Amino acid sequence: MKPAPFVRHVPRTLQQALAILSQVAGQDGRILAGGQSLVPIMAFRLAKPAHLIDINEVAGLDRLESDGKVLSIGARVRHAAFHAPVTDNRLAALLTYVARHIAHYPIRMRGTFCGSLAHADPASEWCLTAATLGATMVAMSQRGTREIAASDFFEGIMSTALADDELLAEVRLPLLTPDAKFGFYEFNRRAGDFAMAASLVTYSLVNGKMAQARVGVGGAEPSPRRIEEAEAALNGQSPDDDAFRAAAQAASDAVDPLEDHQTNAEYRRDLVRVVVRRALEHSLT
Amino acid sequence: MTAPTKFVGRSVARLEDRPLLLGKGRFAADVSFPGQWHMRVVRSTVAHGKLRGIDASAALALPGVHAVWTHKDVAHIPPIPFRLTGLKELEPYRQTVLAKDYVRYVGEPVAVVFAADQYVAEDAADLVELDIEPLAPVLDACGDTGPFDDTHATEPSVIRKGYGDVEAAFKAAHAVVTLALSTGRHSGVPMETRGAIARYDEARDILEMHGAAKVPWWNRDHIARMIGRTRANMHLLEGHVGGGFGIRGEIYPEDVLVCAAALAFNKPIKWIEDRREHLIAANHSRQQQHNVRAAIDAEGHILAIDNEFFHDNGAYMRTHAATVPDLSAAMLPGPYRVPAYRAVGHIRLTNKTPCGTYRAPGRYESTFVRERLMDAIAAKVGVDGVEIRRRNLIGKSEMPYDLHLETLGTHIVYDSGDYALLLDKTLALAGWPALQADLKKRRAAGEMVGAGVAMFVEKSGLGPSDTVRVEIKSDGKVEVVTGVASIGQGVETAMAQIAADALGVDYTSIDVVHGQTDRIDQGAGAFASRVTVMCGEATRLASVKLRDKLLRLAAELMQTEPAALDIINGEIVRRDSTGPSMTLAELAQARPGELSAEDTFLSSHMVYPYGVHVAAVKVDTDTGAVAVERYVIGYDVGKAVNPRLVESQIAGGLAQGLGGALLEEFVYDDNGEPLAVTFADYLMPTAREVPAMSILVTEDAPSPLNPMGLKGAGEGGANPVGAVLASALDDALQRPGAIVDLPVTPQRLVRLVKTPPASI
Ligand SMILES: Cc1cc2nc3c(=O)[nH]c(=O)nc-3n(C[C@H](O)[C@H](O)[C@H](O)COP(=O)(O)OP(=O)(O)OC[C@H]3O[C@@H](n4cnc5c(N)ncnc54)[C@H](O)[C@@H]3O)c2cc1C
Repeated sequence: MKPAPFVRHVPRTLQQALAILSQVAGQDGRILAGGQSLVPIMAFRLAKPAHLIDINEVAGLDRLESDGKVLSIGARVRHAAFHAPVTDNRLAALLTYVARHIAHYPIRMRGTFCGSLAHADPASEWCLTAATLGATMVAMSQRGTREIAASDFFEGIMSTALADDELLAEVRLPLLTPDAKFGFYEFNRRAGDFAMAASLVTYSLVNGKMAQARVGVGGAEPSPRRIEEAEAALNGQSPDDDAFRAAAQAASDAVDPLEDHQTNAEYRRDLVRVVVRRALEHSLT
Repeated sequence: MTAPTKFVGRSVARLEDRPLLLGKGRFAADVSFPGQWHMRVVRSTVAHGKLRGIDASAALALPGVHAVWTHKDVAHIPPIPFRLTGLKELEPYRQTVLAKDYVRYVGEPVAVVFAADQYVAEDAADLVELDIEPLAPVLDACGDTGPFDDTHATEPSVIRKGYGDVEAAFKAAHAVVTLALSTGRHSGVPMETRGAIARYDEARDILEMHGAAKVPWWNRDHIARMIGRTRANMHLLEGHVGGGFGIRGEIYPEDVLVCAAALAFNKPIKWIEDRREHLIAANHSRQQQHNVRAAIDAEGHILAIDNEFFHDNGAYMRTHAATVPDLSAAMLPGPYRVPAYRAVGHIRLTNKTPCGTYRAPGRYESTFVRERLMDAIAAKVGVDGVEIRRRNLIGKSEMPYDLHLETLGTHIVYDSGDYALLLDKTLALAGWPALQADLKKRRAAGEMVGAGVAMFVEKSGLGPSDTVRVEIKSDGKVEVVTGVASIGQGVETAMAQIAADALGVDYTSIDVVHGQTDRIDQGAGAFASRVTVMCGEATRLASVKLRDKLLRLAAELMQTEPAALDIINGEIVRRDSTGPSMTLAELAQARPGELSAEDTFLSSHMVYPYGVHVAAVKVDTDTGAVAVERYVIGYDVGKAVNPRLVESQIAGGLAQGLGGALLEEFVYDDNGEPLAVTFADYLMPTAREVPAMSILVTEDAPSPLNPMGLKGAGEGGANPVGAVLASALDDALQRPGAIVDLPVTPQRLVRLVKTPPASI
C-alpha cells in the first residue's frame, strides 16, 4: 500500500498550477486536492500518476461566496466548510444537512467539494447536489475558461467532461428561493459509507401545490441525475403521501440500476423508491 | 495497623494503558534496525492454477532491490506444522512458505522481494511476472470435491464424534426437526496488521523475531526447527499487539521467511502487512454449512441431535488443523441435555484464503445451529423460546456434567453451572415480560420488531500447564514473569491483581512480563480464554510461595518467627503491630538474588463458563436495515478478577459477533477472486453500529478446578450473537425459522420480507 513514485508540484498561483497541469497532463499528471479519494487509490496502485499538482497552496481557490444569485465554491473549499450554514439562503441549510452524510469527520476536514465532483463517484452526495440543483462547473486550463452544465458534466462512473489539462476551479450553485422546500435521504449499511442509493429533492409551493420540482437520484446509476418522470408526478400536486409514492415509484421505474456484489438490480430499484419517498417526506419536516 | 488492600474482584484501572494512551506504544511497525531490508510478498492473483514459471529479472534490475526468492530458494524449509488438533491425514495439505508447483488461493505467497525500503520493494513486487496456468477453482465446500494435487482430493478428513443410540432415538421420536443452516466467511480483523522483524545477532548467535504474539514459545520452537536452528539460539519477542482474536500470532509463511532471510543475508529483515494483504492472507474463519436434525418428544425434550456439516477451510490446513470443525462438533450440545448425539464434520478445502480460529471458534457456528434448532423445536411444539430452553437445560444438580465428548485433547466435563439461574437473572435484567408486551403492541401498530434469546456454554482455561516466576527487585518492585501473551486483553493488570493479593503489595508496583521467550523458557501463550485461569493460578501459586520465602527471610533479619509477620501494602510488619517494619526493597537489598519463586499450575481439564444473550431488533421493512434496539448479556465467569475487564471483553466480543451476523463477509466471485479486500467492502461494525448493551457478570458457579474459581471471559461476548439476532429477526418477521444464513444482509432481509412464507 505504498504508492508508485511520483513528483509533487506545489504551485502558489492559479497560473502556475495551470501551466504545470498543461505540461504534465499527458503523463497522467493529476490535481491533488483533499487527497481523500486520490491517495487511497494511489496506495492501492489503482492509479499511478507520475505527477501531482497539489493545489492546497494556490491563492484564491478557497473562495466561498454568494452574489445573490449563485453560491461560488472554489477548489480548495472543504466539505467541513458546510458543517454550519455558509449564507442565510435556504441553499446553505440544504448543504449543511447534506454535508454531514459525507464520510466521517476527519475526511470532511480535508476532502473538497470540487474534488468530489472531479472524482465523480456515482454515490457522492455533492455530485447528487450539483446534478439536482443544476450547478455550473467552471473549468480552467491554459487554453482558457469554460462553463459546463451539470447535465453535461457527469459522463459515467468516475468520468467527467473535464479534459486532462483542466482544473475544476469553481462550482456555482443557484441559490434557492426563500420558500423552497428540500429533502434528502440516503441509505447505506453503516454510518459514513457511500450511499447505496440517495435522493435530493427541492420544490416550491404555489397555492399549496408543488412546482418546479427537482428530484435527483444518486448512487443508483453511473451518474447522479434528475428524474423527470418523478418530477412530473409531483408538479401540480399537493405534497402528500400519494404524490410522494407516485414520484418514488416513477423514479424507481426510471432508473437503470448499477449492480455490485452486495446489491442486485432489484434491490437497488427498491432502494431508489425508498430514498425518493423518504427525501420527499423529509421535505415536510 | 492499616488494613491490607485487596485487588482481586475490583475494577482497578489497567496498568497497560499509559503508553497506549500517550501514543507511545511499540507495535511491530515501530521496530526497526539499522541496515534492515524490507520484504514484500508477491501473491497469487489466480485462485487455482499450475505455477509454470516466475520471472524476476525486471524486479532484480530495479535499483535498491537486493534479492528475490521463490520456492526453490526455500525448498529445504518444510511446510508449516500443526499446533492444535493435528490429524495425520491432514499433513499433505499443509502450506509451504512459498507456493510450490500450484497456487491455491488469491493471495498465496509465491515469491518475496527484499529491498532497501517498502516503496522499492512494492515497485519490484509489481514487476515479478508469474506464469500461471489457470485451473478450475473449487469454491463450494458442500459440493463435489476436486483435486488438491495428483494424489489428494479436497476432503482431507471427516470428523466423527458422538455417543448414545442416535438411530433408535430418531425412530422413537415424537417428531423430527430438520434445518439447513450456514455461517458466513469472516474473521478477526485486528487494528494492527501482522508484522515480523527478524535480526540475526552474530556475536551471540541468536536469531530474534519481533512482532510475535499469542504463542511465542511454540512458534520459537517450530520456526527454529523449520529453519535448522535450535530453540536455545532463537528468541521471539512480543511488543504491543493491536488485537489478536485467534488469527494473529500463529505461524504464517511470512514469519518463517523473515527469519530464514535474516540468517541467509545476515541483515535485519522487516515485513509489515498492509490491510489489503491482511484481508486475503491472514486466516479467515467461520464458513460452515450444517444439515442438522433433532429428535424430540411431545413436550419438546431433545432425544437426539444429528449434526452433519461441511467446514470450508480454504486452500490449506494451517496451524489450527482440525481445531475449528472439531470444536464445532464437540461444543454443539451446549447447555442442554442431549441423550444421544452424532456429529459428522467434513473438512473441505476450497480455493480461498486458508482458515484458522477466530474468537469463539466452532462455538459461534455451533451455537447458531443449536439455538436455531431450539427455536425450531419451540415452534414445532408450540411453546415459546424461553420455555423450550428451560425444559432442556442441564440442571445445577447434574454438575459436574460429563458430555462424553472430547476436544483439544481434553475430556469435556462441564465443571459447574446454574444455567437456569442465569437465564432468570438475564431475563429479569432485560425486563422480558414487559419487553414482550411492548414489542407485541408495536407489531400490532405495524412495526417489524422482535426479540430473541440464546444460551451457550463456553470453554476456557486450556492446559496443560503454565509456569510463573515472581521476583522482588532491589527497588522493591515485583516482577511477574509469565509464559503468556498480551493481545490487549489486560493480562498485566489481572496478573498484577492476583500477585498483589497473594503477596500483600499494591498492584501498581508489579511489572508483568509476557511474550518474551528470552525471559522464561516455557509458555503456552494466549488463546482459548486460557490466560486468567491458567496463568492466574500459576501466578497465585508462585506468589504464595514467594510470600512464604519473604516472611522466612525477613523473620531471620527481624529476629522473630515467620508466623509473627505479615506483608501489608508492600511492607513487612509484625502482626502484633509492635517493633520496626521492613520494606521489600530493604529485604531485597539484604538478601540479593534470593527473592524469587517459581511455580507451575497443571490442569488436564478445561473450565466452562456460560452465558445468555437477549436482543431486541427492529427491521426497516423497506431497506432491510436492522437496528439492534436492546442488547442484554448475562455471563457467569466463576470469579471476576477485574469485572471491568470482563465486561470489556464481552463488549468487544459482541461487536465482532454483530459483524459476523450482519455486516462482515469475505465474498468471492465465481473465479475465486476475493471481492472484500478493503474496508470499503469488508464492513466492520463501527461505534455507530454497535448497540448500547447491559452486561451482567455473575459469579454463581465458581470453577472447582482452581482455588479462585476462575473461568475465562474472552469469547462469551461473541459466541451467541449470530444466534440471538437470528432469533430476534425471526420474531420481528413473525416467521419462525426464517433466518438460516449469516450474515443477514439488508438485501437478503428485504427478499425475505417480500416473499410470502412457505407453508410449513
Ligand atoms: C473512508 C472514506 C469514506 C468516504 N465516504 C464518502 C461519502 O460518503 N460520500 C462522498 O461523497 N465521498 C466520500 N469519500 C470521498 C471524499 O469525499 C473525497 O474527499 C472526495 O471524493 C474527493 O475530494 P478530494 O478533495 O479529497 O479529492 P482528491 O482525492 O484530492 O482527488 C480526487 C480526484 O479528483 C481530482 N481532482 C480533485 N480536485 C480537482 C480539481 N479541482 N480539478 C480537477 N480535478 C480535481 C484528482 O486529480 C483526483 O483524480 C470518502 C472517502 C473515504 C476515504
